[in-house]
Amino acid sequence: MSCVDEKIVEETRKILDGYKKEKDNLIPILNDIQVKFGYIPKKSQMEISKYLGIPMAEIFGVITFYSRFSLEPKGKYNISVCLGTACFVKGSQAIFDRLKERLKLEDGQTSADGKFSIDTTRCVGACGIAPVFTVNNEVYGHATVKKLDEVLDKLEKEG
Amino acid sequence: MKTIEELNKIRAEKRIELDLRKNTNADTREKHILVCNGTGCTSSKSPEILENFKRIIEEKGIQNVRVIKTGCFGLCAKGPIVIIRPEDTFYAMVKPEDCEEIIQSHIVEGKVVERLLCKDIDGKKVNRLDDLTFYKKQKRIALKNCGVINPEDIDEYIAFDGYRALARVLVEMSPDEVIDTIDKSGLRGRGGAGFPTGKKWKSTREAKGDKKFVVCNADEGDPGAFMDRSILEGDPHAVLEAMEIAGYSIGAEKGYIYVRAEYPIAVNRLQIAINQAREYGILGENIFGTGFNFDIEIRLGAGAFVCGEETALLESIEGKRGQPRVKPPYPAQSGLWGCPTLINNVETYANIAQIILKGPEWYSSIGTENSKGTKVFALGGNVNNVGLVEVPMGTTLREIVYDIGGGIPNGREFKAAQTGGPSGGCIPKEHLDTPIDYESLKAIGSMMGSGGLIVMDDTKCMVCLAKFYLQFTVSESCGKCTPCRIGTKRMLEILEKLCSGEGTEYDIYRLEKLAVNIQKSSICGLGQSAPNPVISTLKYFREEFRQHAIEKECKAMECKALARIEIDEEKCKACGLCQKNCPVNAIEGEGREKRHINQDKCIKCTTCIRSCPFHAIG
Amino acid sequence: MAIKFNVLDVEFKGEMTKHKVDDKSPSIVRDFNKCILCRRCVATCKNVQNIGAIDCIERGFESCISTTYDHSLNDVNCTFCGQCIESCPTGALHEKENINDVWAKLKDPDTYVVVQTAPSVRVALGEEFGMEIGTNVTGKMVSALKHLGFDKVFDTNTGADFTIMEEATEFVKRFKENDNLPMTTSCCPGWVKFAEMEYPENLPHLSSCKSPHQMFGAIIKSYYAEKNNIDPKNIYVVSVMPCIAKKFERQREEMKVNGLWDVDAVITTRELARMIKQANIEFDKLEDGTFDNPMGEATGAAAIFGVTGGVMEAALRTAYELITGKELQKLEFEEIRGAKGIKKATIQIGDKEVKVAVAHGLSNARKIMEEIKNGTSDYQFVEVMACPGGCIMGGGQPIKNSKIRMTVDVREKRAAAMYSIDERSTIRKSHENPVLKQIYKEYIGNPGEHKAHELLHTHYVEREEYRI
Repeated sequence: MSCVDEKIVEETRKILDGYKKEKDNLIPILNDIQVKFGYIPKKSQMEISKYLGIPMAEIFGVITFYSRFSLEPKGKYNISVCLGTACFVKGSQAIFDRLKERLKLEDGQTSADGKFSIDTTRCVGACGIAPVFTVNNEVYGHATVKKLDEVLDKLEKEG
Repeated sequence: MKTIEELNKIRAEKRIELDLRKNTNADTREKHILVCNGTGCTSSKSPEILENFKRIIEEKGIQNVRVIKTGCFGLCAKGPIVIIRPEDTFYAMVKPEDCEEIIQSHIVEGKVVERLLCKDIDGKKVNRLDDLTFYKKQKRIALKNCGVINPEDIDEYIAFDGYRALARVLVEMSPDEVIDTIDKSGLRGRGGAGFPTGKKWKSTREAKGDKKFVVCNADEGDPGAFMDRSILEGDPHAVLEAMEIAGYSIGAEKGYIYVRAEYPIAVNRLQIAINQAREYGILGENIFGTGFNFDIEIRLGAGAFVCGEETALLESIEGKRGQPRVKPPYPAQSGLWGCPTLINNVETYANIAQIILKGPEWYSSIGTENSKGTKVFALGGNVNNVGLVEVPMGTTLREIVYDIGGGIPNGREFKAAQTGGPSGGCIPKEHLDTPIDYESLKAIGSMMGSGGLIVMDDTKCMVCLAKFYLQFTVSESCGKCTPCRIGTKRMLEILEKLCSGEGTEYDIYRLEKLAVNIQKSSICGLGQSAPNPVISTLKYFREEFRQHAIEKECKAMECKALARIEIDEEKCKACGLCQKNCPVNAIEGEGREKRHINQDKCIKCTTCIRSCPFHAIG
Repeated sequence: MAIKFNVLDVEFKGEMTKHKVDDKSPSIVRDFNKCILCRRCVATCKNVQNIGAIDCIERGFESCISTTYDHSLNDVNCTFCGQCIESCPTGALHEKENINDVWAKLKDPDTYVVVQTAPSVRVALGEEFGMEIGTNVTGKMVSALKHLGFDKVFDTNTGADFTIMEEATEFVKRFKENDNLPMTTSCCPGWVKFAEMEYPENLPHLSSCKSPHQMFGAIIKSYYAEKNNIDPKNIYVVSVMPCIAKKFERQREEMKVNGLWDVDAVITTRELARMIKQANIEFDKLEDGTFDNPMGEATGAAAIFGVTGGVMEAALRTAYELITGKELQKLEFEEIRGAKGIKKATIQIGDKEVKVAVAHGLSNARKIMEEIKNGTSDYQFVEVMACPGGCIMGGGQPIKNSKIRMTVDVREKRAAAMYSIDERSTIRKSHENPVLKQIYKEYIGNPGEHKAHELLHTHYVEREEYRI
């Protein structure tokens, strides 16, 4: 096991210690791990599998069912465009299309250099300033294609 | 551990202190600055505003002023919002740097800051919140505490009659009496389907089982809806209290709140509320010394729309994939871990305590024949006053859109409103005067839904809208049953064909046929209602579908393959604004030359259309 | 069906999901392109067998049945019991076919191809030719095999008699020495793989005996080859089994003697039926044939090996007489027959009481293993079969659609056929099989001793559940 893996196992065990060995804790545990690592490492899944006595396939099934969980680390900048109806009606699809085009990525992908990952989200509840997109949880309201371009330019420069 | 006497004492004391929140003539020297900390305002820096106020007040050593963090006021379009009580001055679109001026001018010198006042529909600036048309036609029951109390302080909730209903229920009423009261009030489920709440409680009470559960469905997934979130953020104790009352009525000792993890503020405030209630002994064992035990746990949803479906939600709480179960048995008979389970939506719970306190007759006097009480809507889309509104059942769509919502921006025309999200349908202009209640909406092919209400102007293509909802359903279908898993995908493919100009009239026929099949054969509500947006747009906008299929034209210019944006040379004044705004430099021409669009470069984002002051582009 | 419902064309064509076929494992092929997502396999794997190697993954249109990270079944916690295949209505899950390997050897004039058939095959093969469930087709099966061109047709039941000789001897020894009790049987390869993956700490409890067809393969390539002057290198042993885990067992490194595989190919009951059909043999019209001698003779004890409780019953018949030296009066042990998940009994052998348990289905096996692990097991001898009902309901048996399974107790009918073979047998105890007596005397020596160990015993290895 590499030292990265060891670290993951150790951190995972710490999280598991806070939970009883009951199957219904699976999703709260996965939520914690997702927050901790930004994704759900395979090693963590194995630890959970042993701890809760749930087969790996079932855990994998749960992870791939819920869009909040990801199997790969997200990019340094995770840009998500709200495609809730309120934002959609105000043109967020064009913003997302532009984002895909500029970064040459598809929904849910991370760029090869690990810098950007993009996805769509459902309503973030900022309908008052629709359309919105977020960069690592920072909300950009009243968004336009132009505004997106400016933000991307800035992020690309920042490295 | 608090007794009812202690609760009454807190209420009496706090009530005097907080009187100015609701009474503009309150006899007090104090002023309260209320800063909205709902998600909408938080995204536009309201926490910073809150901090600034606190800092400035401290720096200046101002006495008798308190800064309060509250839940959503409702008028999100004008956020961040600051209200000063008791005079009820309503400041809109406040920036962190405005705090200094508000304190100096309003608080110290007693002069209202005119420039931050909110404009009403008629363009006049309005001083007081209650004078805004937006609020005039509303009736706040579920939202009564939102924007009034600090949601993170249980005492403020108690001050405005909080937990009084619970105390009354536990001491004075039998479970059957409670259920009877709810039944008589005529309250129906606010999650969308409108099942009578009293009946649901009754059948869960009657179901046999050693263990029973109360569940609060706060997995608000409908894109563009945020009613439940606002309630949880603004008044979390109301939900806790109602769940306890429900627990007492059906014989449960444990409750779960299933809430979206995408709502971090709501989750946080709920947790604070639960902790405070436990500390006061209002949650836990032997509540108010009556021997009644009840505790509540939060479960986070992890991003799956289908978990709003009650049986999928139960699966998710049990730690599984959120795939709906086949009904019957209904959760009332066999829910969480096979035990009888009561599931209600947040807004439903938010009505309970007040029905107990004010009586079922009061509640049933509001609303229409079969739909009692009020309904909260998240008003969004192409409407001036985007925000949260609560209106009595029976209010017409026109009143909501034009009076409360302030009409359509940029002088455009109303085309349709969409209710019920991906499960609902659209309401065209000719039905603007339909009173909003469960039955009337159903009759015109839409549904109440959880309360998302999206207004669309004439730049919206209805085929595109149908496609948008199908995209949503396809990506959110759980994949358990074939009609929904594959059928919705096929519908989407047909819609894509129509939008790209490759559709035929036969495709419209196929679309309709498939829609009916999916409606009839899916397992759960998500699948059964997935074709609704298509069916209702087809019902009212069939002509638009035909234009896409036969004339290969999208009049709203949303379908890029069918749209061609051109500049009318006659109208063009060569100002160059369009050029400046074009993100892809597709507009050519220099100086005094008339501009034209290079169609190869154009991505049809329509930014130029919106930027042209002479309406020369279309 | 298409005609019945007037389906002439697909009205709603469109994008389909595409999947790689997983054929890495020696036992199961998984072709998701044929799957309709009914999830019967998931229910079987997760709820019946309590393994959960496969589950529904992804969501919506992308949903599919797969393993963790979409790995091959070969690399995850699958035991190759094959129950998923039995439940699959579309053939998206099926055994890894070895028919062509066998055809190739049959056509090769230099190879001496020997076939042996497991006890459970004869009570199910007829179903593939439209016969009643539970029809005993031993004679027709032997004739068919001869028609197919096998040089010799032997009976794995003889191998089962060897297993009983070894296993009963081992048990008697371990019982007397109180050595790692309870001892569990080891003739089910799905069960063995399960134990190796999930309960490596319990492996000393497993009997070291190979399974009957492996033992028999080893005897064919040693004793039989020597006796008939055939170079064992030129012998190709084919086992017809009701099981797909046997395909995995066959190629375990431990299953070699002197560098030669005990068994060279395993085909299932279904594959044999397919071969018979490929050869255009009219099965129902065949005359009854008989197994080849000298190793075609088997006892009633061996005949019931394929039904849950059968191995235990056969072993007890022999162990009783080995311990007491007296003749057993009543041969049927009714308390360990039947469909109950875990059957328990206390058997009086001489002045000693032996507590036995019989578990079938891996969820029941897990209960037994948990007890052993926690030290709360008070049995001395435990029989385990991975498939619910035993080998007669194995993953290589004819597939019965759900309509039949809902109305007919397939297990009961096939089991009844087995018990009736036992009842009609003249010799019903393994140690009384004259063929065995002769081979032990001539070649092996005493059960459990040196030569026996070399040929008939094996060992187990700890396996990682997930090699990912």
